[in-house]
Amino acid sequence: MEEYANLRSIAARLRRHIISMVAAANSGHPGGSLSAVEILTTLYFKLMKLDVSQPRWNQRDIFVLSKGHASPVYYAALAERGFFSPEELLSFRKINSRLQGHPDRENIPGVDMTTGSLGQGLSAANGMALAAKLDGQEQRWVYVLLGDGELQEGQVWEAVMTAAHYHLDNCIAFVDWNGLQIDGEVSQVMNTSPLKEKFAAFNWHVQEIDGHDFAQIIAAVETAKAAKGRPSAIIARTIKGKGVSFMENQAGWHGRAPGQEQAQQALKELEVE
Amino acid sequence: MAKTATRDAYGKALAQLGAENEQVVVLDADLSGSTKTAAFAKEFPRRFFNLGIAEADLIGTAAGLAAAGKIPFASTFAVFAAGRAYDQIRASVAYPKLNVKIAATHAGLTVGEDGATHQMNEDIALMRALPNMTVVVPADGPEAGAATLAVARHQGPVYLRLGRPAVPDIHGEDYAFDLFKAPVLREGGDVAIFACGYMVHLALEAAAQLEKQGISAAVVNVHTIKPLDKETVLRYARRCGRVIAAEEHSIIGGLGSAIAEVLGEEQPTHMVRIGVRDTFGESGKPAELLEKYGLTAEAIVQAARKLMQ
Repeated sequence: MEEYANLRSIAARLRRHIISMVAAANSGHPGGSLSAVEILTTLYFKLMKLDVSQPRWNQRDIFVLSKGHASPVYYAALAERGFFSPEELLSFRKINSRLQGHPDRENIPGVDMTTGSLGQGLSAANGMALAAKLDGQEQRWVYVLLGDGELQEGQVWEAVMTAAHYHLDNCIAFVDWNGLQIDGEVSQVMNTSPLKEKFAAFNWHVQEIDGHDFAQIIAAVETAKAAKGRPSAIIARTIKGKGVSFMENQAGWHGRAPGQEQAQQALKELEVE
Repeated sequence: MAKTATRDAYGKALAQLGAENEQVVVLDADLSGSTKTAAFAKEFPRRFFNLGIAEADLIGTAAGLAAAGKIPFASTFAVFAAGRAYDQIRASVAYPKLNVKIAATHAGLTVGEDGATHQMNEDIALMRALPNMTVVVPADGPEAGAATLAVARHQGPVYLRLGRPAVPDIHGEDYAFDLFKAPVLREGGDVAIFACGYMVHLALEAAAQLEKQGISAAVVNVHTIKPLDKETVLRYARRCGRVIAAEEHSIIGGLGSAIAEVLGEEQPTHMVRIGVRDTFGESGKPAELLEKYGLTAEAIVQAARKLMQ
């Protein structure tokens, strides 16, 4: 476990940023940001080939946050990775800030694709994966993070077909399977299960993992990279609101900011790492 | 006079572009025979992507290719591009200013027999309302070819509106196309006819008829609706004092609206709009539809006579 102490401490910092940002903005999406912390931590601090001095370096690995409302975890990861100062995080969602409510590739260093209208990120990721193939960049990886509720958007399945049809084995899609969406449980609002079977039926390589376990995330990406000829789905079981006792598994914390007292309590809980 | 469909000229120019520029890629949604992207597909199969009947994914994939530095041309019928994939164009192309060229064919009533579901008369309005979008409506084959090459050189999102039927070649092969300048095809002092797309050759016909009736009509080919060549619009509105806008599109939100907005703020001018009058089309031959919905040279002549009274 000690092997991942560094990643664990980064993850704790990202969680504290998420709470501080959303509390300062008095708006934003903490639940689905907290559920994706380990996935983004692993990508940005262990797996992705990046150069923070050249955010658009043409050999870099790419990440598309298709569930764009999880911008707090994305911005926190980019800031901690060095694309911009962590101090800027508190300008999130405020007037004249670069840190828009949803990611804007035009203005935020390190953001590879503008997202926010759900269902569009995998299509864009496919386009970038096709471009990498055209350019002969076989060792360039395109990661995308989808929400499980987001899978209700029809365009996702158009793009799922496209990735398989064009054999985009350089495309690796995580599903943040936290089971909750704004109106409640995904299974109650509009069931998207069974996920594993769906992706498999669409000719994807599929793995199911614990999305809070660094070892499993790393191993799954290694396995995905070795799966030639097919895109890979990593269905990551997660806990919405992970790490903050009163937010865990509560759909109500999808898009609500904590008050000052709640934020203090959450930050205290997140100090123990 | 030779006739060419703007979609045919687009397909030809696209194949030329493919040979000139490795970065050009083409996407289609199961209509490559009709949109004329098939010629590019045949010559450059590695750089052609058929997305199947999935227009949202067509636009989203094009956005990703542009984000990675490619110059994607995404083609389907206008109704499925501007209509069905509007939010994809808005959120994944226009907002991030990605270098995607949406080349939409079968715009307007002249689709003909397919009827109202396929006759897109609202696309200029939809695309013009999007920040960062350039909207181009070529009048004939030579202009469509030149516009295809020009938008490939232009950095940023473009909506290129193309038609199904063959139209008379107004411009010669030596036509020097300027994306941001509306060419004056005929000088005149009594009434200025601003037209785009299919209506341009009809505007020229109307001007010739008007001359016989003693009315001097200028004809301006407003091929780029956005950004609008305001200077030329204002100059001819001032010179003539009477204005007609003619487009194969709804009178709501298209060329006529764009001109009325400029004139309303800067040079209030008596004006008549020729276009589809806030209604859906129907099945029929293109000529029958244009007659029934009032998109004819005769309608332009009548509008000019009314303005002269």
